[in-house]
Amino acid sequence: MTTTEVLVIGAGPAGIAAATAAAENGCAVIVLDDNVAAGGQIWREATVGEAASAHRGHGRKWRALERLRRSGAQVLGGRCVFSAEASGTVQTSHETSSGTLVEQFHFEQLILATGARERFLPFPGWTLPGVFGAGGLQALVKGGFPVGGKRVVVAGTGPLLLAVAAHLAQDSAVVSSVVEQASLGQLARFAASLWEHPAKLAQGVLYRAMLWKTSYRIGCWVVEAIAGSNGHNLSAVRVTDGTRVWTEPCDLLASGYHLVPNTEIAALLGCKFRGTFVQVDKAQRTSLPNVFCAGEPTGIAGLEAAMVQGEIAGLACAGISTTLLQKRVAAERAFGESMEKAFALRKELRSVPRPDTIVCRCEDVTFGSLHGYTGWTDVKLQTRCGMGPCQGRICGPVVEFLLGWSPVSIRQPLFPVPLQAFCFQDESVEIATTNEPIEEKA
Amino acid sequence: MKPFDILIVGAGIVGSAVARECALLGWRVGVIEGGTPAGGATAAGMGHVVVMDDSPAQLALTAFSRSLWQRDSEKLPKSVEFENRGTIWVAADEEEMAEVHLRHKVYEEAGIEARVLTAAELADKEPNLRRGLTGGLLVPGDGVVYPPAAAGFYLAEARRLGAQVFLARAMSASQGQVLLRDGVNLVAERIVLAVGTECDLLPSLPIQKRKGHLVVTDRYPGFLHHQLVELGYLKSAHKVTGDSVAFNIQPRQTGQLLLGSSRQYGNEGPEVEAEILRRMIDRAHGYMPGLEQLSVLRVWTGFRAATADKLPLIGPAAGFSEDRSLWLAAGFEGLGITNAPGAARLLMDAMLGRESAIDASPYLPARLMEPARLAHV
Repeated sequence: MTTTEVLVIGAGPAGIAAATAAAENGCAVIVLDDNVAAGGQIWREATVGEAASAHRGHGRKWRALERLRRSGAQVLGGRCVFSAEASGTVQTSHETSSGTLVEQFHFEQLILATGARERFLPFPGWTLPGVFGAGGLQALVKGGFPVGGKRVVVAGTGPLLLAVAAHLAQDSAVVSSVVEQASLGQLARFAASLWEHPAKLAQGVLYRAMLWKTSYRIGCWVVEAIAGSNGHNLSAVRVTDGTRVWTEPCDLLASGYHLVPNTEIAALLGCKFRGTFVQVDKAQRTSLPNVFCAGEPTGIAGLEAAMVQGEIAGLACAGISTTLLQKRVAAERAFGESMEKAFALRKELRSVPRPDTIVCRCEDVTFGSLHGYTGWTDVKLQTRCGMGPCQGRICGPVVEFLLGWSPVSIRQPLFPVPLQAFCFQDESVEIATTNEPIEEKA
Repeated sequence: MKPFDILIVGAGIVGSAVARECALLGWRVGVIEGGTPAGGATAAGMGHVVVMDDSPAQLALTAFSRSLWQRDSEKLPKSVEFENRGTIWVAADEEEMAEVHLRHKVYEEAGIEARVLTAAELADKEPNLRRGLTGGLLVPGDGVVYPPAAAGFYLAEARRLGAQVFLARAMSASQGQVLLRDGVNLVAERIVLAVGTECDLLPSLPIQKRKGHLVVTDRYPGFLHHQLVELGYLKSAHKVTGDSVAFNIQPRQTGQLLLGSSRQYGNEGPEVEAEILRRMIDRAHGYMPGLEQLSVLRVWTGFRAATADKLPLIGPAAGFSEDRSLWLAAGFEGLGITNAPGAARLLMDAMLGRESAIDASPYLPARLMEPARLAHV
């Protein structure tokens, strides 16, 4: 059992800023993250080929991490939070060479900086090998997955598409097209609003320049992934602009529909929500007095917003006024809102899945079987949609978009953990794992 | 609106079974559900179709109702996941083994197939149980179902036969009228309260919430073959007061395992309680050491609708209400899934004045009005 004044969950930009601010102002701080290294999704470390190091964001990352290190905050990587209580306890599981280690952390104040994940939308053929989430493929490539010479289509919506495409191109993939569902009008208004955020505009222009050989198809979307003659691998995608449908050959498809916030811990703690986001006050305090939240879970608004919100939360924990910083939050939130408008999902995407298209991969639930129910709980109970190991993290936002039902419940453990993890008493529980399979696990 | 023959408040497994039974008779049926159909105790529980012999009346009802499950098993859609797994009551010592022989006799006399297992037979049937257990009692006719789908099937059958379902909260139910939150007033000859633990419509109902915890694991096909329940379950489950845990584990058709059980009075909050969960898992671990490495997907809690004598309330609400239009099908505690079809049948028999397959008097709600009886249970 470990006790700390401030516990930060998430070591992305928001968590780093929060931990730094709290620790620099005298708080004992521990930061937990499920990744081994700090940085979050946006600053994820490339484990092979430091191709991205020339990129201007990188310097900021090193500065932020260096300041965090000097602040005295302790970063513990590889910790998956699987349960949390507002009374002041968080439990994590940690895979070590000798098995799963369960640890318990007691906090006085908690800062949730849990970031966001990619929204996936289903289309016929999305379960074929060769189809990836856009951010997922980028992470794989950073981990060494080879894409050199592969023809890649990057499709979906949001600013992440260009970033992913640029990264893949740097790794010698042939990015044949970027398919963006937002309309030209929406994007033009968004681009115009970027004049107030020159750094973001510059980054967009840089990405676009890196992709000069790639077609950028605006107002288009993928309606199907097609298997090659062996039936097992992706060979092409069908793309439409709403009137015409055409085929684009490719080896890989990176598909992502902007971001959804990671709010599971906040929900488990019982924080109040504002729509799909965690409700916070100007000091980033949630409806629970000892719990703060910063970054994407409070509204998708990108890196700058995450960093300033994190700083505010950290200072607030240390009892320091944050009035001056709050203006910047408002400006960044406005950016987030214009981004949300620009990349709002078009309604045609709701008719892309066919009745036999899988929506919940954990439980093999098809789109066709989701009809005729009264809401999320009903469909979950009757079809098992969202009942698998991911607890609806993937299919929940899909069902919300396709059918308008919001996911309602989250339960511990937030991630599958060995049963023994619940037998935690006072010491850390070390769960030895054997190499013998337990019967024939499916 | 044209009056209904019957209005059923609550679309859990009991209300849905009653709705089907009425619709089969050609009655005009209305079902009222304020939450999600099958979203209460039906969704929270295990789905064990089991003969229990806590009392002769409990034995009679569970045996009768189980026979209806078995008779219907061919008609149940795949989604109900009905499987004739059988129950093994596990004996950990000689004292419990004596209990095994005693129960074997009781089951035999009641015409329920049961077989005493030696330690070796037990180990052979369930190799993941720890060594050194004394034996067990196998009840091969017991089954496992997925309760929300079973309730969904009953309700769909009722609808197919013309029943109407109203998804709105009932604000009042009396004198043949049910007022819905949306202002609609429904009229019927009879009203059945199949309300689980939600007693707002008739607060005098002698039902207490009894909290339970359940754990579901990832898929481990072949890890477990029968539903296993420790014989100590009788000691812990049937204590009327105090918190208790017992080893009770169920193999799902998906290969997942459902692990229970805990019983608590007094806490009506839905939160998972670390201490009782730990006790429950420790208990299970004592019987099945291999469980500790299995991956847990979710832990949740639910509430059983408990009565003082551990028997349900099936019949007229007389004794709790002057209203002669009111009937009850409530208070099933941990046996709502097992007893739903049987209870629906007994309720119909009472409404029609038909003779029942078993003596229905032990379940008449009015019994719990007798002060003398209340005092000594």
